Amino acid sequence: MAIALKTTSFLQTRKSQSHFLRLSAPTFTVSFKSRTVMATLSIAPAVGLSETFSRLKQQGKVALIPFITAGDPDLSTTAEALKVLDSCGSDIIELGVPYSDPLADGPVIQAAATRALARGTDFNSIIFMLKEVVPQLSCPVALFTYYNPILKRGTEKFMSIVKDAGVRGLVVPDVPLEETEVLRTEAAKNNIELVLLTTPTTPIDRMKAIVEASEGFVYLVSSVGVTGTRSSVSSRVESLLREIKEKTAKPVAVGFGISKPEHVKQIAGWGADGVIVGSAMVKLLGEAKSPEDGLKELGTFTKSLKAALP
Amino acid sequence: MAISVSSSCRNPTSPYKSFSSSLYLPRIPFKFEKYQYGCSDFKPASISCVMTRESAIQVEEMEKKWNNFQRPDSFGRFGKFGGKYVPETLMHALAELESAFLSLSVDEEFQKELDGILRDYVGRESPLYFAERLTEEYKRPNGEGPHIYLKREDLNHTGAHKINNAVAQALLAKRLGKKRIIAETGAGQHGVATATVCARFGLQCIIYMGAQDMERQALNVFRIKLLGAEVRAVSSGTATLKDATSEAIRDWVTNVESTHYILGSVAGPHPYPMMVRDFHAVIGKETRKQAMEKWGGMPDVLVACVGGGSNAMGLFHEFVNDADVRLIGVEAAGFGLDSGRHAATLTKGDVGVLHGAMSYLLQDDDGQIVEPHSISAGFQESISIGGHNTSFGDISCIRLFGEIMPNTAKWI
Repeated sequence: MAIALKTTSFLQTRKSQSHFLRLSAPTFTVSFKSRTVMATLSIAPAVGLSETFSRLKQQGKVALIPFITAGDPDLSTTAEALKVLDSCGSDIIELGVPYSDPLADGPVIQAAATRALARGTDFNSIIFMLKEVVPQLSCPVALFTYYNPILKRGTEKFMSIVKDAGVRGLVVPDVPLEETEVLRTEAAKNNIELVLLTTPTTPIDRMKAIVEASEGFVYLVSSVGVTGTRSSVSSRVESLLREIKEKTAKPVAVGFGISKPEHVKQIAGWGADGVIVGSAMVKLLGEAKSPEDGLKELGTFTKSLKAALP
Repeated sequence: MAISVSSSCRNPTSPYKSFSSSLYLPRIPFKFEKYQYGCSDFKPASISCVMTRESAIQVEEMEKKWNNFQRPDSFGRFGKFGGKYVPETLMHALAELESAFLSLSVDEEFQKELDGILRDYVGRESPLYFAERLTEEYKRPNGEGPHIYLKREDLNHTGAHKINNAVAQALLAKRLGKKRIIAETGAGQHGVATATVCARFGLQCIIYMGAQDMERQALNVFRIKLLGAEVRAVSSGTATLKDATSEAIRDWVTNVESTHYILGSVAGPHPYPMMVRDFHAVIGKETRKQAMEKWGGMPDVLVACVGGGSNAMGLFHEFVNDADVRLIGVEAAGFGLDSGRHAATLTKGDVGVLHGAMSYLLQDDDGQIVEPHSISAGFQESISIGGHNTSFGDISCIRLFGEIMPNTAKWI
C-alpha cells in the first residue's frame, strides 16, 4: 500500500504534520488490521495449488503432498490429521472421499474407504468437517473423488459446495480427458483447479493434450497399476518426467507407490516439482493401535519425508 | 433364454398400450419341479408386473429419434450413456482393443475361424424350439393365443449364451498377442465360459469372484478350477459381482500390457458394450432365419431377461430397426420395487457411472453403489445395465417389467 504525502503540507505545518501522521498511522493500522481480519474470516486459504508451486519453485523447494482417506478411522481423527500434516511440512494435502468401488486404488486405500463408509462417513459430513478445519490450515486442500458422487449431486452443485468448504483443487481419476470439459468449466467458476493424470501407458500426443488441460499441476502416475506402496520407484519415472517437462512448464508431481524418504529424495532428484504419498500415510493411520498413536506416527513420518526433500 | 412370440398374439391397437391385459402375464401360478428355495411354506404366487418409464412417445417420433441415433458414436456413447470412465492407465489399451475389433470384424479369415468355432465347438445354431405345452397353457377360450418359441441358448457348450462372447474375445486376445486372460463372474456362468475357452486356446486364466458368490455357487467354482483356471476370491466391499468387477479392472490396470480382460456383459467402458453386443448378435440373426423357416415371418414380440443385458442385446440387436417387433426386457423385482431389495436397475436406478460406463445404477443418495437383491446370484449383474439397454429404455422402445417371483430361482 503506498501513501502519497504532499511535501508542502508536510513541511509547512509541523503540528498538522504530526497530527497528519497520527491520523495516518491509525488509518494505516486499521487498514492492515482489517486485512488480517479478512484473511482469518475467509473460508479459503489465499493460496491455490499453482500459487503454492510457484512459491516453492522460487525457494528451490519440492512440494510434499500427502493423501489420506476422509473418515478413516473417523472424521475427527481426519480433522486432526489434516492439522498434523499441515504443521509437519505438507505443502498441499489431498483428501480422499471414500467410495464403494474405487477402481484406481489398491488394497490399503480400498480398506480405508470400506472402513470409513462402514462408520457412516458421507459427503455432507466431510464438507462439514472441512468448513471447520480448512481455515486453520496454511496449505491448500485438494479433494480426490471418483466421478459418480459428483454426478449424483450434479457437477455445478458439487463444485459450489466444495468451494464453500474452502477446497482449492480436485482430482477425479476415472474421468477421461475427453469428458473433463464440463468438470473444468464448473471448477473454474468456483476457483477450483482440476488436476489431470498422465501415466506410463499414455501415448505422447495424448500426454501433451492432458498436460495442456491440467490445472494446478500435472499428476504423473509412477507405474502401471493402482495405488499402493511399492519397494522401489520405477526407473521409467525419470524419462517420463523428462518427456513431460519438454511439453509443459507446469509443475509435475509424481504419485502412486511412493512410501519412503529414499523414494521421495530420488524422485526430487529426477526433477519432479512435487511428490504425492498416499497408501503409506493411510496405512499408518489405519493400522495404528489408537488414533492418537496414528496421528503421532503420521507427524513423524511426514517430517522424515519433508527432511528428504530440498 | 429368450422367448419369441409369433403373429397370433399381435395386438391390433397401439403397440404401446399397457401390457396388463397381455397373455404372458398369467394369473395362474407357475409350478417348478426343479429348484425350490426356502420351500417349506411354498405357496404358488401370482405374477405381478410393473411397467417402467412409460412415456407417451408416438411411433413416428420414436422412429425419427431412433434413426438419428448412433450406437455407439465415436466416443463410445449411446445417447448420453456409455463412454469410457476408467483410470487413464487403461485408455490406450481400450483404444487398441477398439481398433483391433473394428479391423477383425471385417477380416474374412477371422470371421471364418470364429464361425467354425461357434458351429463345431459351441454347437450353434441353437434351436428355436416351439414350446407346445406353454403355448397351450396361454390359449384363450376362443382358441387364439401366442405361439411361444424358446431360443435355446442353454444348449450351447457350457450351458448359456456367455460362450459366444468368451470365445470371440479369446480369439481377439490371441490376435493381440495377449497370453493372460482375466474375467469377473457373478453366478459363475461367465467364469465357466471363460475358463473353458482359455483351456481350449491354451491361455492363462484368472477369474475374480465375490467371496459371497463363491459360497452360493460352489459347483461353478469347482467347474472353473477343473478347467485349469485360478479363482480369486474378492472380499472387499460387498464381496459380490460388483466388487469382483472392480477387482478385475484393477488387475487390468496393473497388467494391461500382458493381459486381456474378457468382460462378460454389455457393460464396462467402450468398446466392450459394442463388442459384446456384436459377438452375441448371432442369437438374433439365427432367430430371424429360423422364424422365417418355421412360420414364414418375423417374431411379433421378443422377451429376454435382463441382468447385465448381454443376452437381451444379443436377441434384440438384429430387430432394432423392425418397428413391428416389440422388445420386452424383464428385470428381477425381488421383494418388490418399493422394498429396496430388488435387482430392477432400469426401473428403479438413477443415472451414474460405474465400471467405466454411464448407465442406470442402483445407488444411494451419496452416489455410493448399492448391492442389488436377488435369489439368483446371476441377477446381481443388473447393478448397471449396458448402455444399449439404457438408451433403449430412454426411448421407450423397450418395455421393462419388474417381476415378483418369490420362492423360485429362475422364472423360466
